[in-house]
Amino acid sequence: MVNTVNIDQTSDDAYGENKLQDTMQFLTFLMAQEEYGIDILRVQEIRGWETATTLPNVPAHIKGVVNLRGTIVPLVDLRHCFGLPEVKYSAETVVIVLLIKTDKGDRVVGIVVDAVSDVFTLAESEVCAAPELADSVEINFIRGLATVNEKMVILLDIDKLRLLDEIPDQMACDIKNQLNAQRQE
Amino acid sequence: MDIDLEQFHRIFFEESLENLDSMETHLMDLQPGSEDAEFIDDIFRSAHSIKGGSATLGFTYISDFTHDLETLLDHVRMGARSISIADIDLLLQSVDCLRDIFSALVDGEEPKAEETCRLKGLFQCALSEDNGDVDAESDGIATQTDKVESNNVEAPNGKGWIIHFSPNIDILQSGNEPLRLFRELDELGELHVKAHLDELPQIHHCDAKECHMKWSLRLITDADKEVIDDIFEWVADDSAIEICSITEDKAVKPEQPDAEHIEDMRLMESSATSTNTSYSTQSRTKADVNPISLANNGTEAEIAKTVVSNKLQTATTPSQTQAEIISNKSKSDVSIRVSISKIDQLINMVGELVITQSMLSQISKDFSMADLQKLKKGLSELEHHTRQMQDRVMQIRMLPINYSFSRFPRTVRDLSKRLGKKINLLIKGEQTELDKTVMEKIGDPMVHLVRNAIDHGIEMPDQRLKLGKPEYGTITLNAYHLGGNVVIEISDDGAGLNKLKIIDKAISRGLIESTEDVSNEQIYAMIFEPGFSTVDTISDVSGRGVGMDVVRSNIQALNGHINVKSKEGEGSIFTIRLPLTLAIVDGQLLRVGGNTYILPLVSIVESMQVNKTMVNQVAGGGQVFHWRDEYIPIIHLSEAFGIHADYSSVTDGILIVVDCEHEKIGLLVDELLDQQQVVVKSLETNYRAVDGVSSATILGDGTVALILDILGIVKILHMKKAKIDTHITNLLGMHNRLDSNLMI
Repeated sequence: MVNTVNIDQTSDDAYGENKLQDTMQFLTFLMAQEEYGIDILRVQEIRGWETATTLPNVPAHIKGVVNLRGTIVPLVDLRHCFGLPEVKYSAETVVIVLLIKTDKGDRVVGIVVDAVSDVFTLAESEVCAAPELADSVEINFIRGLATVNEKMVILLDIDKLRLLDEIPDQMACDIKNQLNAQRQE
Repeated sequence: MDIDLEQFHRIFFEESLENLDSMETHLMDLQPGSEDAEFIDDIFRSAHSIKGGSATLGFTYISDFTHDLETLLDHVRMGARSISIADIDLLLQSVDCLRDIFSALVDGEEPKAEETCRLKGLFQCALSEDNGDVDAESDGIATQTDKVESNNVEAPNGKGWIIHFSPNIDILQSGNEPLRLFRELDELGELHVKAHLDELPQIHHCDAKECHMKWSLRLITDADKEVIDDIFEWVADDSAIEICSITEDKAVKPEQPDAEHIEDMRLMESSATSTNTSYSTQSRTKADVNPISLANNGTEAEIAKTVVSNKLQTATTPSQTQAEIISNKSKSDVSIRVSISKIDQLINMVGELVITQSMLSQISKDFSMADLQKLKKGLSELEHHTRQMQDRVMQIRMLPINYSFSRFPRTVRDLSKRLGKKINLLIKGEQTELDKTVMEKIGDPMVHLVRNAIDHGIEMPDQRLKLGKPEYGTITLNAYHLGGNVVIEISDDGAGLNKLKIIDKAISRGLIESTEDVSNEQIYAMIFEPGFSTVDTISDVSGRGVGMDVVRSNIQALNGHINVKSKEGEGSIFTIRLPLTLAIVDGQLLRVGGNTYILPLVSIVESMQVNKTMVNQVAGGGQVFHWRDEYIPIIHLSEAFGIHADYSSVTDGILIVVDCEHEKIGLLVDELLDQQQVVVKSLETNYRAVDGVSSATILGDGTVALILDILGIVKILHMKKAKIDTHITNLLGMHNRLDSNLMI
C-alpha cells in the first residue's frame, strides 16, 4: 500500500534521508499568512480557543492549562515561539492538540494557531531541505519545505520544537531584537 | 485447553511474598524452648504453600529450597527437635533469601543461586543432627519418594514387567495423565519409575500442553499382561508402549527413582491439566490458598485484582482480615487486596446510584415545573450517593499502618543484636488507616528514623544501667489521626540529640553564625540539612549525613511535615504529619483578580478582614500583621504570581492565615469563595511542576483551577527579590556572549 505511514519511521528516523519511500499526511495551519504542516498522526484533536487557566511565573509562550476530558493540558502559543507578533485570540483561533515526545515521555500539548488549513499527502521525495537561514537562532525544528498547489508549506518537526521548554522565551527574543538593532547601528 | 501460566505467576509471587511476610511475623513471635505449636503450624503452612505453588509452576529451585525449610519445621512440629535461636536465625535468613528470589522474579530478573546454596548447606547441617525418621513424613512428595525408595531396598521377587512408555507429545491434551496410570500400576504391586528427561526443553521454553517425557517402569507383580494392557488402553493410540516380562528384559536395570524427576513429572501434568487434584489432596494444609486452586476458579485474567475471599478464612494475624496490600518493588501494575465486605458495600451503593439515576431520567422525560420538588430531591439524593461512594472508594485505598509497622520488629531485632543493644519495640495505633500511596512512600523514611534511634538513640546496656535507666531501651512507634492528618511518632528513650554538637557542626558548616536568637526547635531542625551528621565515625548503619535530608524531602513530597523534639539524656520524638490521602483534598476556593485558586483546607488557620491598625510596614518594605501576640508576614498572592488583584490596600482584601512549616503566614486575596472537595490532578503529566502550585483540579464548570503550595509561594517571593539583581547580570552576560559570538 502506498499510503501507509510508518509511525516509527516518522518519529525516530532522520527525516532528511531519502530512503523513505512512503508518503505521509500532513495537517496544515496558517500563522501570519504562512502555511505550516505537521504530521497528522500526532494530531489528537482540533478545538476552538477557550480561555485557559494561566500558570504563574511560566514562560510567556505557555498560555495556561485547560481541561481536556479530565487531564490537564498546557497550551502553547506558536506565534510566540516563532517570534511573530501576537494577535488577540478570537472565536476563529484554533487549538491543535498534539502528542509530542520529549525526553521525559509523551506529552499532550495544545498549540494555538491562527487557523487550520488543509490535509495533504506528500511523498518523501517532494520534501526539500530547509535552506540555511541567515539569522535564525534555531531552525532544526523545520523538517523541510514542500510545494503544494504552488504554495510553500513549512513542515515542522514538533518534537524538536521543544514547546514546553524555556527556550522560545521572550527574553531570547528581546536579546535577538536588541542585537539586530545594534547591528544596524 | 489453552492455559497461559504467566498469568498465574504474578498471583503466585504476590501470595508467596505475603506468605513470607506472615512467616517472618510468626518467626519473630517464636521463643526458643517454648515453641507454640500454632505458630509452627502457621509457618509450616506458609512454607508449604510456597513450595506447592513453586513446584506446580515450575520453580523447582524454590520448591527444593522450601522443602529443606519445611523438613526442619516438620522436625520441630513432630517434637523431634526443639527450636533454637540459631534455627530461628536460619529460618529468617531463608525468608530473606526467598524474598530476594521472588522480588527478582517479579522484576523479571534471574535470581541468584549462591545464597540458596549456602542456606541449603546450613539446613543439611541442621537436619543431620536430627533423626532421619521424621524426614519421611515431611509431606506428600517426600512420602511418595520415600515409599518408592524403601521399595527399592527390598529384593525383587523376580516376577514382573518392564514397561517402556513413550507417550506422544500431545498426550496431555487428550486428557490423559501418566501419573494416574502409574498410580494404578502401583496398586498391582511394587512400581519403580524412571523418567527420561533427555528431550525436556528448558523450563522457559516449556509448553505446559506438551509432554516431552518418556518413562521406563519396572513393575513387580503377579498380575497378567492383560491387566497392564487394560491400564494403558486409553493411551495406547497416543503412545508407544512396550511391555515385556522382567525375565525377558534384563537390560533395563531398576534405577533409583529420583525425587526431582517425579516432581518434574508432576508439575508437567498438574500444570497442563490445571486440575491439581493430586496435589491438593496431598497437601496437609486445610484452608490453604494455593495459586493453582485460585487459578482453577477462573481463567479470566486479572484474578489478582479481584477479591480473594478465601484469604479471610486463612488470615493468620488480625491485621490480615483488613484489606491487604503487597508492596511490590516494581512500579508497574501493583495490585491491592480488598476485603469482600468493602466491595459489597460499593456494589450496594452503585445499585442505589443506578436507581437514583433512573428516577432522575423518569422525571426529565416529561418535565413540568410541578416536578421541580421531585427533581431537587432526586439531585440531593444523587449527591448523597456520590459522596458516599467517593468515601467508600477512598477507603479501599486506605490500609492500616500496620503494613508499614510490621517490618520493624525484625529491623529492631537484627540491628540491636548486631550492635549489642537491648531494645524493646512498642507499637501503638497500628490500625490507623492511611492511603496506600502514602504508606508506600513513608516506609523508607520510617526505616531510617528507626535505625537512627537504634544506632544513635539507645545507649549500650551497661551505659544505660550506669545512667540509672532500665537495661532495655524502648522505641515506640505510634500512629493516630489528628484533623485531616495522620500523625506518626517515632520515639526512643535514649540519649537524645546532642544540642551542643549540632550547634558546633552548624557553625562549622556555616548554617548559623551564633547561637543567639536560635530556638531549640530550629537547632534540632538542622539535623535535616543535607550532609549534616554529628556522628564521628561512619558506620554501615548510619552517619553519612545523607539520610535525614532525604527523610525530610520524602515527607515533604507527600505534603507532610516532620519535626523533632528532644531532651538530652531522655530521648527524642520524631513526629511526622501526613495528609490522609493524596487523591482528593478539601479545598477553600479563593479569588485574586480574575483567577480562582484553591488552598487546602487543612493548612488554613483562620481568615479575616484586617484592620489597618494591625498592619505594620517593616523597614525592608514587607508588611507584618499583628495576630494573637504574633507578628506574621503578609504575602500578596498577586505579587508572587505576577497577576492583577482587585484590592488596592490591605484592608480591602481578605487575609488568610496559613500554617507553613510551623510558621504562620498571612496570604492576602480578594475574596473567599466556596469550600469543596477537589480531585487532585497533576500538572506534571503533560507539563512540569510549577513553583507555588502543588497541582491542579477541575471545577464544576469544567475549568481548571490551581491548588496553591504555600511553601512554593514563599520561595517564589524570595527568589523574586534575588532575581532582580541576577536578572540584570544575566542579561548582561548573555549580551556579552552573543556579542562575542557575532565577532567570530
